[in-house]
Amino acid sequence: MDNLDALILARIQFAFTVSFHFIFPAFSIGLASYLAVLEGLWLKTGKQLYLDLFKYWLKIFAIAFAMGVVSGIVMSYQFGTNWSVFSDLAGPVIGPLMAYEVLTAFFLEAGFLGVMLFGMERVGRKLHFAATIMVALGTFISAFWILSVNSWMHTPTGYEIGANGQFLPGESWLAIIFNPSFPYRLVHTVLAAYITTAFVVGGVGAWHLLKDRTNPHARKMFSMAMWMATIVVPVQIYAGDMHGLNTLEHQPQKVMAMEGHYQSYPDGAPLYLFGIPNDEEQRLDYAFGIPKLSSLILKHDLDAPLAGLDTIPDDEQPPVAIVFWSFRIMVGLGFAMLGVGLWALLARWRRKLYDWRWLHKVALVMAPSGFVAVIAGWITTEVGRQPYVIYRLMRTADAASPLDAPAIAASLLAFVVVYFAVFGAGVWYILHLMHKPPHAHEKGVKRGDKGPIRTAGITPGPTQDPTDATRRDLSGTKQEPQERP
Amino acid sequence: MSIDLTVVWAFIIAFAVFAYVVMDGFDLGIGILFPTFAVGPERDRAMNSIAPVWDGNETWLVLGGGGLFAAFPLAYAVILPATYPLIIAMLLGLVFRGVAFEYRWRDPGHRRYWDAAFTGGSLVAAMAQGMTLGALLQGVEVVGRSYAGSWFDWLTPYTLLTGLGTVAGYALLGATWLVWKLDGGSQHHARQLGKKAAWATLVLMGGVSLYNVFLNADYAARWLTAPEIYWAAPVPILTAIIAVALIRALSVERHSKPFWLSIALFFFGMAGLGVTMWPYVVPPDLTIWDAAAPKRSQVFMLVGVAITMPLIIAYTAWAYWVFRGKVGHEGYH
Ligand code: HDD
Ligand code: HEM
Ligand code: HEM
Repeated sequence: MDNLDALILARIQFAFTVSFHFIFPAFSIGLASYLAVLEGLWLKTGKQLYLDLFKYWLKIFAIAFAMGVVSGIVMSYQFGTNWSVFSDLAGPVIGPLMAYEVLTAFFLEAGFLGVMLFGMERVGRKLHFAATIMVALGTFISAFWILSVNSWMHTPTGYEIGANGQFLPGESWLAIIFNPSFPYRLVHTVLAAYITTAFVVGGVGAWHLLKDRTNPHARKMFSMAMWMATIVVPVQIYAGDMHGLNTLEHQPQKVMAMEGHYQSYPDGAPLYLFGIPNDEEQRLDYAFGIPKLSSLILKHDLDAPLAGLDTIPDDEQPPVAIVFWSFRIMVGLGFAMLGVGLWALLARWRRKLYDWRWLHKVALVMAPSGFVAVIAGWITTEVGRQPYVIYRLMRTADAASPLDAPAIAASLLAFVVVYFAVFGAGVWYILHLMHKPPHAHEKGVKRGDKGPIRTAGITPGPTQDPTDATRRDLSGTKQEPQERP
Repeated sequence: MSIDLTVVWAFIIAFAVFAYVVMDGFDLGIGILFPTFAVGPERDRAMNSIAPVWDGNETWLVLGGGGLFAAFPLAYAVILPATYPLIIAMLLGLVFRGVAFEYRWRDPGHRRYWDAAFTGGSLVAAMAQGMTLGALLQGVEVVGRSYAGSWFDWLTPYTLLTGLGTVAGYALLGATWLVWKLDGGSQHHARQLGKKAAWATLVLMGGVSLYNVFLNADYAARWLTAPEIYWAAPVPILTAIIAVALIRALSVERHSKPFWLSIALFFFGMAGLGVTMWPYVVPPDLTIWDAAAPKRSQVFMLVGVAITMPLIIAYTAWAYWVFRGKVGHEGYH
């Protein structure tokens, strides 16, 4: 093949840009919902604390969202620029789903985002809350469609092959949209986004608790995030297990690669905890595993036989090492998160949630763990389906655009440089915002107004409401009665 | 009677592209003109006049691209590789422009640089979009189902001309938007810019139109022979009338009128483009019917468009309404 370099470069470029893109939605899907919850609680209880938190996270959301949007636009054009053969042939089936994503999700998010960010003084509270909910809903709908597209590429159903070689929609669009891996992928990914956000919020809360354990805003954040960790992580592990079983059914060689099963095991396969995959020799070097556990997990039977990669022709095997390790990273982090969630529960029970320094330190370290798990999970998924781009129907090698390697090398270089510079700066600004403690009357909106909220001037500061000035202190230490769990 | 859905889809895509060009056109135009605004409140206000709406405006680009992918997959698969460097440049330009909206407020120390990124990104994106259009109009070489031309087919004097025309046109939209949204000295400044941009746009539009006639015998026949000339002729005539009205509106104390006239100018430019290209989506080889998705895809999406488009237009209009009037000095930052 003469264009091998071009293919590799195109794959690296796609993997790079989509991984970068997904970092932002993983955070903004969760954060949009968190903001809706905070605003809802504020409207319901009237407590300033919730509004402060809302405003604190809103600024962070705005930056993350902007980065998600600009990196997403890149994605929507990458299919054509780099995978033109794929686009031509699969367009009639997946194109409409992506068009629905634009119509039902992107416009919704973008249309209401302006009001959510800038409109607090201009529309009533209820309407503003509605805008926040629309943005949150938009992020979810977006995930719905794009994951349907992606899942169809993993488990294609409901299509016909046309005379010109195109994939054409069959009788029912439902068969395409609700393809077999979609429900699992949707649940697992949306939960992942919530968990990712929870750990970020929890990490920020922990950071400020470490500096001042009486800060009521930090306490609230930390407590809310830890509830999410305690409750949602176990659900996620269960969802991941179900997802894996579904994959075993539809893409067995992906599971073989995840498990490092080069050989078949006629009477019970071990669960390898460690090993160095060796594709050359088709074996796992330095393997260390627990006998029969893999059969128990995958087949719910200690002695169930499991086929290995020896049953798969060499040119249909995914690269095992990447899949094997990325899978272990995700699962390892999943259990680490479970540990944090349980620890937080114990701390609550012993009334030490806000005082247990080690818990706070660990939560701080775990703040970015969601992002790592999410990317590791996607790498497992996507590399595990290789060498196909549409599973068993179209090889990645046959999907690429007729471009020469230097052209792609140049664009890849440009993406790497620009993304690290631009998104690096964005992450820096986000960290900078997170470093500041949330304080009472974030951005100073008048309290107790019944009507529409109005600011006064450019930087309405804490002195706006003189009756309250005495109780306020920017470090956020003295205001609001402190709550006990 | 059966409606030809392929034609319907061609109009939907054309509408999306038009909506994009007009709406993001003024955002990009403001970016292009940004360095001429005074550092401080003037720039802040120019930026704030579009901050709440730019994301929605840009979404039309995603609909244009995504719609093309869905309704004319073959065209999408040919055009994007053919204009690869332009598309990548546009995307990177939009990255810089998009993040500048947030970053400049976060980092006063480096605000100058993000302002420059805003301008640079807008300029590159506008130029790349105009050149892509030119590359399409001058013809794309297709063999079988894929692009068969060479690396730099998209780089010709003609595409440079269409690129510059687009930059000028966006600057016009941006300036006239600011005439509407600003007041006092800033408005006066915008009006002066608007006049210059209007002249530049008209000259470049004229240049591109003439070039078209020489570019391709087919295009010439469209415009210059009967009977086509009867339905093509109103386009340049109306364009000329609007051009005169626009220059006049910019010379007097008008607020929103120049903006609407600029949109009308773009509308007729687009109509002219339609006359030139019809029925090709990728001249000279692929007609809209060659590239169309099958009927099932067209119908499925049409249902979606019929339901969502009125809603999208309604809430977009609402969002603009919320931020109506002259921009104040407030901001959420
Ligand atoms: C916070 C993020 C997160 C966490 C803690 C986990 N996962 Fe995950 N996982 C994802 C985030 C994720 C993901 C990014 O959302 C993926 C990529 C594609 C997908 O559908 O979900 C994924 C994919 C993915 C796949 C591949 C499915 C396929 O491609 O066919 C499996 C089998 C699992 N996960 C299983 C698990 C298990 C057993 C976990 C228990 C600890 C787990 N995941 C934790
Ligand atoms: C957002 C999270 C995602 C991540 C992190 C991700 C990651 C990756 C990676 C690492 C590859 C390279 C695999 C390889 O070449 O060995 C890949 C391939 C691919 N993915 Fe994804 N992916 C994501 C989502 C999606 C979605 C939603 C789609 C489709 C709508 C998609 C479509 C593709 C395509 C077309 C390829 C083929 C190109 C290739 O094999 O390199 N991906 N992805
Ligand atoms: C290759 C696959 C993908 C493509 C082509 C793509 C395309 C896009 C585009 C064009 C935007 C900008 C929308 C706007 O203008 O407002 C965007 C943003 C977004 N995308 Fe993606 N996307 C992909 C993968 C994903 C995945 C896997 C998810 C979620 C599971 C996702 C969720 C989102 C969300 C929630 C946004 C809103 C912006 C944000 O939250 O940061 N995308 N995407």
